[in-house]
Amino acid sequence: MNSFTYARPTDVAEAINDQQQATAAKFIAGGTNLLDLMKENIERPERLIDINHLPLAEITETEDGGLRLGALVTNANTAYDERVIARYPLLSQTILAGASPQLRNMATNGGNLFQRTRCYYFYDLATACNKREPGSGCGALNGYNRIHAILGTSHSCIATNPSDMCVALTALDATIRVKGPNGERTIPMADFHRLPGEDPQYDNTLGPDELVTAIDLPAKGFSEYHTYLKLRDRASYAFALVSVAAALELDGDTVTDVRVALGGVAHKPWRKPEAEALLIGQKATKENYAKLADALIEGARGFEHNSFKIKLVHRAIVRALGIAAKQEPTE
Amino acid sequence: MSNAIGKPLSRVDGRAKVTGEAKYAAEFNAPDLAYGYVVSGTIAKGKINHIDTRAAKSLPGVLEIFTYENRPKVAWFDLSYNDQDAPPGSPFRPLYDNKIKYSGQPIALVVADTFELARYAASLVEVTYDVEPHETGLDKHVDRGHKPSSGIASLLKPPPPKPQGDFDKVYHESPVKMRGTYVHAVEHHNPMEMFASTVVYEKNGKLTIYDKTQGVTNSKMYVTQVFGMSNDDVRVIAPYMGGGFGSGLRPQYQLFLAVMAARELKRSVRVVLTRQQMFSFGHRPATIQHIALSGTTDGTLNALYHDAHAETSRFEDYTEVVVNWGAMLYPVTNTKYDYKLVDLDTYTPLDMRAPGGVTGFSALEIAIDELAYNMKIDPLDFRLKNYSDRNTADDLPYSSKELKACFEQGAERFGWSNRPLEPRSMKKEHNLIGWGVATGMWDANQMFASAEAVLTVNGKLRVSSATADIGTGTYTIMTQIAAETLGMPVDDVIFKLGDTEMPFSLISGGSWTAASVGSAVKLVCQDLGKKLFKLAQQMPDSPLKKAKLEDIEFADSRIRLKSNPGAGVRYVDIVAANGGRAVTESSTSLPDLLEQRKYARNTHSAVFVEVMVDEDLGSVKVTRMVSAIAGGRVLNPKTARNQILGGMVWGLSKALEEETAMDNVYGRFMNHSLAEYHVAVNADIHDFDVIFVDEVDHIVNPLGAKGLGEIGIVGVPAAIANAIFHATGKRVRDLPITLDKLL
Ligand SMILES: Cc1cc2nc3c(=O)[nH]c(=O)nc-3n(C[C@H](O)[C@H](O)[C@H](O)COP(=O)(O)OP(=O)(O)OC[C@H]3O[C@@H](n4cnc5c(N)ncnc54)[C@H](O)[C@@H]3O)c2cc1C
Ligand code: SF4
Repeated sequence: MNSFTYARPTDVAEAINDQQQATAAKFIAGGTNLLDLMKENIERPERLIDINHLPLAEITETEDGGLRLGALVTNANTAYDERVIARYPLLSQTILAGASPQLRNMATNGGNLFQRTRCYYFYDLATACNKREPGSGCGALNGYNRIHAILGTSHSCIATNPSDMCVALTALDATIRVKGPNGERTIPMADFHRLPGEDPQYDNTLGPDELVTAIDLPAKGFSEYHTYLKLRDRASYAFALVSVAAALELDGDTVTDVRVALGGVAHKPWRKPEAEALLIGQKATKENYAKLADALIEGARGFEHNSFKIKLVHRAIVRALGIAAKQEPTE
Repeated sequence: MSNAIGKPLSRVDGRAKVTGEAKYAAEFNAPDLAYGYVVSGTIAKGKINHIDTRAAKSLPGVLEIFTYENRPKVAWFDLSYNDQDAPPGSPFRPLYDNKIKYSGQPIALVVADTFELARYAASLVEVTYDVEPHETGLDKHVDRGHKPSSGIASLLKPPPPKPQGDFDKVYHESPVKMRGTYVHAVEHHNPMEMFASTVVYEKNGKLTIYDKTQGVTNSKMYVTQVFGMSNDDVRVIAPYMGGGFGSGLRPQYQLFLAVMAARELKRSVRVVLTRQQMFSFGHRPATIQHIALSGTTDGTLNALYHDAHAETSRFEDYTEVVVNWGAMLYPVTNTKYDYKLVDLDTYTPLDMRAPGGVTGFSALEIAIDELAYNMKIDPLDFRLKNYSDRNTADDLPYSSKELKACFEQGAERFGWSNRPLEPRSMKKEHNLIGWGVATGMWDANQMFASAEAVLTVNGKLRVSSATADIGTGTYTIMTQIAAETLGMPVDDVIFKLGDTEMPFSLISGGSWTAASVGSAVKLVCQDLGKKLFKLAQQMPDSPLKKAKLEDIEFADSRIRLKSNPGAGVRYVDIVAANGGRAVTESSTSLPDLLEQRKYARNTHSAVFVEVMVDEDLGSVKVTRMVSAIAGGRVLNPKTARNQILGGMVWGLSKALEEETAMDNVYGRFMNHSLAEYHVAVNADIHDFDVIFVDEVDHIVNPLGAKGLGEIGIVGVPAAIANAIFHATGKRVRDLPITLDKLL
């Protein structure tokens, strides 16, 4: 870890201004990801702008009947918020499927959006990684790639986005609120993260001086039929091999709306409205879930150690929809 | 008699541990302490071309950067680098020359005024290499398997037994048989506490070293030999250890580096490894095993073949007892074995909880299950039918073997009799349920050990030995043994360990500490008792004047007459009569080798497991586990149960989760953090139950206790794999059984 200067602004504009002025500055929120990366010399910020004193730690109602989750509300406080539990239980369940209680107490909603891939090579300076050092090559491509992506990969990078929370946010059609030197803008969750393409060093579409202030959830929360199914190598405290956030609206046994987002399979939470459209208006049956799954993972391609994910995620989608529709037990 | 032995005494060091009062190697301080940070190599094989330390060295507060180019002169002979657990070969020498022998090798030590500065400076050290092609990955190089060279290590780790009978013929002609290949991955110990040494540099150049080790005497021997220091100039202290599991059986490289730096800088130095660096030394070696078994239709095992290829480094022949167990456990007389090593460009493997034992049994006991299924016999019935009271391989009787009681009591507790034989016959929703059983075995060895006992001026007992408490409960059971032997309340007894100023004891491993140090503690307390008795007899009006040793007993902190317990002399009064001076005794206990050699001496276990496997998604949940243990006399049911539970948890972890993944392109372990190297967590653990069956043994050692550190893990992985087969009908011979293997 290098030495760095440190600032603790109390005002959003001041934070953005500081970030814009300084070279190689980084915001720090809970620090649960950034500090690890700094200890491994993967991130080497010269300045840390501690944003924990910005007034962004509240959950409030939005005008259109949704909820606004402040960027600095912790993952724990979000998951255990009564409004979130009642109206967006999918999000609550998803957050609680991630990390550990200690980490969730520190981790913030804003920070969670930015957590970097868990690709072993990205974390190890002894190896090549285009994401860490553009142009150096991708160690995982011909290496140990059991945890890597099967969808949307490029020859430059096959990493996954490790977040659980982001999978639910994608399913729920959340919107990210951002402030920067040029004012405020919003980014639909589906466009927040990006695919690796030729420049995997960029995880998302945010500008370098922009700050996430909040995450907006639309009114519709799928509180009746939903589930988050996370498959991993141990029962807790492991990143998803694959995960599925599934949400349904049913009229009798007919599906009137559906959302399915996948984690652990791509560089961003994976969702395809065209695939969902196949199920809308159809009966809530395994056969129809499987059709959605076929379409959603179309084009999936495995590497030496992760081809199992293709079969696994397909089955997980079908199972998750069954659980969401209360046709199957949760265990 | 205080009857302290056998009581569920809570850990005497528990309070110190939970309050933080207990100090670990990296927590001892010294004035003017400097901090070392290790720079690790990034290639698997080759030579260092150039190390550029200029940028790092220019930082104010950086004291020195040690590399192979400027390291001080150290010992030249391989022998000097040996330690109590060194396998035959040429031990690794940190910073010795420019050769790179494995990825992650320490290549420089940066020493600075603060830890943070040393760490930062280390990131500025630039290294270039001349890379040479490396070879990693056991499966890719099995063709290079060779017989291990033998050394002193072979005494405790015998080579495979000689073949008996005619395996080939009997196997060929038998009506029922099986053959299988069993593989398991590399595992790293990963104790919570990182390896660390704090070397305190005294004015006269003497060193007091706080080291993370399973044997202070081992660290001391290493330091004196490598640095040519005299015995009087080195003292090693390790009162507590945040987990060892075998990783502390050899001095690790931070010890060398910290001592070297302290001597050169004439200043106290601490070196702590990072979690990533915890993957840069010994590990449980991957193995590939083949087993072939055959039997008759009535369920008799008649032939056994077991071979193993295990990895080792290029510089040492690390061996384990992997293939020897079959005919020790089962009465099979047609046998054939083979054990080979494959040299790879990695660090030398290192003993890890039940080294070889859990490796061998994880294959053998799956194979037994397979044979039983081929015979359509219940796997427990098969084991009972092929039960033996003799060790057939060595043709010796057991000093004691209550394995049958383990089977019976374990099966009863588990409810085994309700088990349908057919796989896939129990189902709940989309989960398949299965029950599996396996046997485990471990050695019950006793080593020589010394101890000192002091009856202090205020009538308390202080006992010490230079052994270790690696988390097993040594402090507690030694306290109990001493209290019992001299008939004192445990609160009046204090046991000290982990200091080379104390009487000699070997490294603490192989489950022999309770037996070895325990016997020494018992002996020294008996000897002290005799001394006290003599002193008491010399006291005026002593009621013991005419008594003989057999007439007296030690109880209520007194020596009293058996025939008249009212007549006796209090210990405090003996000390007073001794002019208020403490009474001291030291003794060394030696195993009765002549007697012990006539017997096979082992612990046994029977493990019963229930699993639930998601039929579509492959995820496995171990819902129940019962482990029945025959381990001789239980000295403390609480610490004993704790040891077995720990073994069961680790067994589950090994069966389902643990694997250090090697990238063969880089020749480097990749998942070197606890986020990605998975060990079992609380959520994985459900209903675990431990049974200790009665087992009386007068041969193993004077205590009759067998040591429980390793037996807890041995049978668990096979029992889980067998339960998974019973649930799913799928035989997985490749550990860990992650969900992808069940899709
Ligand atoms: C061992 C371990 C296990 C974990 N397991 C899981 C898991 O199973 N599932 C899961 O989803 N996550 C898991 N996590 C990750 C955890 O959820 C993230 O580390 C956490 O959400 C990051 O939040 P933070 O506030 O600590 O971010 P920080 O570490 O403070 O910041 C991370 C990044 O976000 C940037 N940043 C933070 N806030 C803002 C903002 N408002 N605007 C712009 N940029 C910002 C920072 O500059 C930094 O680059 C795990 C982490 C660890 C260490
Ligand atoms: S997959 Fe991406 S993150 Fe991993 S090594 Fe390749 S480029 Fe780096």
